[in-house]
Amino acid sequence: MAARKSTKKPNVSADELKGYYRDMLLIRRFEEKAGQLYGMGLIGGFCHLYIGQEAVVVGLEAAAKEGDKRITSYRDHGHMLACGMDPNGVMAELTGREGGYSKGKGGSMHMFSKEKHFYGGHGIVGAQVPLGAGLAFSDKYRGNDNVTFAYFGDGAANQGQVYETFNMAAIWDLPVIFVIENNQYAMGTAQARSTSTADIYTRGEPFGIPGEIVDGMDVLAVKAASEKAVAHCRAGNGPYILEVKTYRYRGHSMSDPAKYRTREEVQKMRDERDPIEQVRDMLLTGKHATEDDLKAIDKEIKAIVNASAEFAKTSPEPALEELWTDIYA
Amino acid sequence: MATEILMPALSPTMEEGTLAKWLVKEGDTVNSGDILAEIETDKATMEFEAVDEGVIGKILIAEGSEGVKVNTPIAVLIEEGESADDIAAPATAPVAEAAPAPAAAPAPAAPAAPIAQPADLTPDWPAGTPMKQQTVREAIRDAMAEEMRGDENVFLMGEEVAEYQGAYKVSQGLLDEFGSKRVIDTPITEHGFAGIATGAAFGGLRPIVEFMTFNFAMQAIDQIINSAAKTLYMSGGQMGAPMVFRGPNGAAARVGAQHSQDYAAWYAQIPGLKVAMPYSAADAKGLMKTAIRDNNPVIFLENEILYGRSFDVPEMDDFTVPFGKARIWREGSDVTLVSFGIGMQYALEAADKLAEEGISAEVIDLRTLRPIDYDTVLNSVMKTNRCVTIEEGFPVASIGNHLSATIMERAFDYLDAPVINCTGKDVPMPYAANLERHALITTDEVIAAVKQVTYR
Repeated sequence: MAARKSTKKPNVSADELKGYYRDMLLIRRFEEKAGQLYGMGLIGGFCHLYIGQEAVVVGLEAAAKEGDKRITSYRDHGHMLACGMDPNGVMAELTGREGGYSKGKGGSMHMFSKEKHFYGGHGIVGAQVPLGAGLAFSDKYRGNDNVTFAYFGDGAANQGQVYETFNMAAIWDLPVIFVIENNQYAMGTAQARSTSTADIYTRGEPFGIPGEIVDGMDVLAVKAASEKAVAHCRAGNGPYILEVKTYRYRGHSMSDPAKYRTREEVQKMRDERDPIEQVRDMLLTGKHATEDDLKAIDKEIKAIVNASAEFAKTSPEPALEELWTDIYA
Repeated sequence: MATEILMPALSPTMEEGTLAKWLVKEGDTVNSGDILAEIETDKATMEFEAVDEGVIGKILIAEGSEGVKVNTPIAVLIEEGESADDIAAPATAPVAEAAPAPAAAPAPAAPAAPIAQPADLTPDWPAGTPMKQQTVREAIRDAMAEEMRGDENVFLMGEEVAEYQGAYKVSQGLLDEFGSKRVIDTPITEHGFAGIATGAAFGGLRPIVEFMTFNFAMQAIDQIINSAAKTLYMSGGQMGAPMVFRGPNGAAARVGAQHSQDYAAWYAQIPGLKVAMPYSAADAKGLMKTAIRDNNPVIFLENEILYGRSFDVPEMDDFTVPFGKARIWREGSDVTLVSFGIGMQYALEAADKLAEEGISAEVIDLRTLRPIDYDTVLNSVMKTNRCVTIEEGFPVASIGNHLSATIMERAFDYLDAPVINCTGKDVPMPYAANLERHALITTDEVIAAVKQVTYR
């Protein structure tokens, strides 16, 4: 059979594709709203937006099953929405309210959901990598076939504990997928200025951990890679590395003017590679959806996000007694 | 419907800024993500993006304006087809949605008793319980083995804990009984395996992490404090780390500065951790069993010199010692000596010698440093009116300092002399035998301190 020129022929159903569109749009609109609430002073401290990287978590989650675990860094809002956590609870945590996932005591960078197997939300760069391997250890110990997605950035990839973890994950065959979300900038430092290796996933090779590069702006490519990695881990073959090339449109945090890159670079990415626009085009050109269908999704998402903002504004601040709870179990 | 665009806060501390430049003009159509303006904060010039789509109906604040307060309306966005003339006079005050003012009520104080309560003086085991002589090393091993037999989720990991049988032979025999699934040799990689164990605890297991010594736990202290100790609080109580970090702590003998440090005061400072530091074999066993069952991360500070010491240990099916309950080793009336861990050796020796001179010392072993049994200490000080604390750690911000402050706050009127803290010297541990002897706390120093507070 002759090779097709287009790799964009998706082997997915219209409903599935619409689902990815919806999930990515939810993250985008949620993050825009979070940025707006930050600007109004309703969200304090550090707030790291996920805009531009939506296809990564949505694609990865497409291969997850019940009981699989996930853990990430402080840029965590997208991961929480993608694994099904309630936007109201996430937004109310951002505003530091009682209705937040951590009762307002964690904030943007420290949120968790036992129910959805989301283990944070960690503010120390790289610390989530051994923690994620430990979650995988607990599944292997129990003898089930669940896997853990341990997300970290290109910046965290220079932390020593990542390689301590690669070593132990390899010798103990832990069912962990190391997802390197390579958005090309560790805060303000471009990868080439900080990282000796062009392709970070190759750092798994000396440990015997297989890996590959994935186009993180293409949700279907991410999904396909995730299925492969998950199958590898579920079968008891040990860890797997996915280096997902992505791009964040916004600054590192809300207070980052992003002077380390040009406006043109960001605009080019938005115009040519936007993950949501790509799926939108696929849906429309493939006649899987009409403009009206997509408008209906847009409207639904807008309502969810507005409701979450309303909830996050009206949920009361935590009772002062909460200062002294949850220190010890 | 027209919506106001508000001056945004663009950093955690921004209250006002300069509207440096408008990048749109009235009548322009904007989409979500388009850059509207450049705004100067105290740190940087930031681009301000549109969230909603629409048409710029009116610009309310001219570019170049300085000191524009956050949440001041700076422009009005209208929908396609609307006219700028339709816009009502803009409100000048920040909108009502601004962040609520900080609550005026003061934070409730930490729950703490203002004066000493009756201390728990119940014996650790029933009278008549048969006893056996056992070393601290054997007691800790037996405690781990008993708990591993009782709970499948308990496992031990660390350097040389399995095939080598423990660098200090504390885990002797455990591999044979429990197998390599539950007694796990790690590579030399403290930061990494402390993190993996903490993750396993998040996942519902109950790890025991052995550090070959607590000096090496310095490599792992971020995971211990930032991950294990704080997650329960940060998750609003959803998940924590039920686990034990254990190993020898403090000076051994002639191993120099990097292998000879007492971390009791370091870990005792951290909310979310519990800290145990036993002296006797019975306490080592009973506290270890309690530590493994505890649903919080426990720092269990052992001591290489004490490992080989033998003590009476009760022969009971399930002997545990609760946290937060000090043990009074000997009663006395002239002075209270408070110590823990190997410091107890000096306290007890000093009490023996002082008795020969007619000075009656009450000796208290704190056993756990978080929680700490203040009441037993305060009740004793209220009786003796004098106190000396003894520990091996550095003098600055020591456990003794903390006890002194507590006694001053809660039993000031009972004191007949200032509390003296006997500690290790304020120097890195030297190697030379004579210097090392002087760097450590000595029995003679404890006796001298007692004579000072009793004015003898």
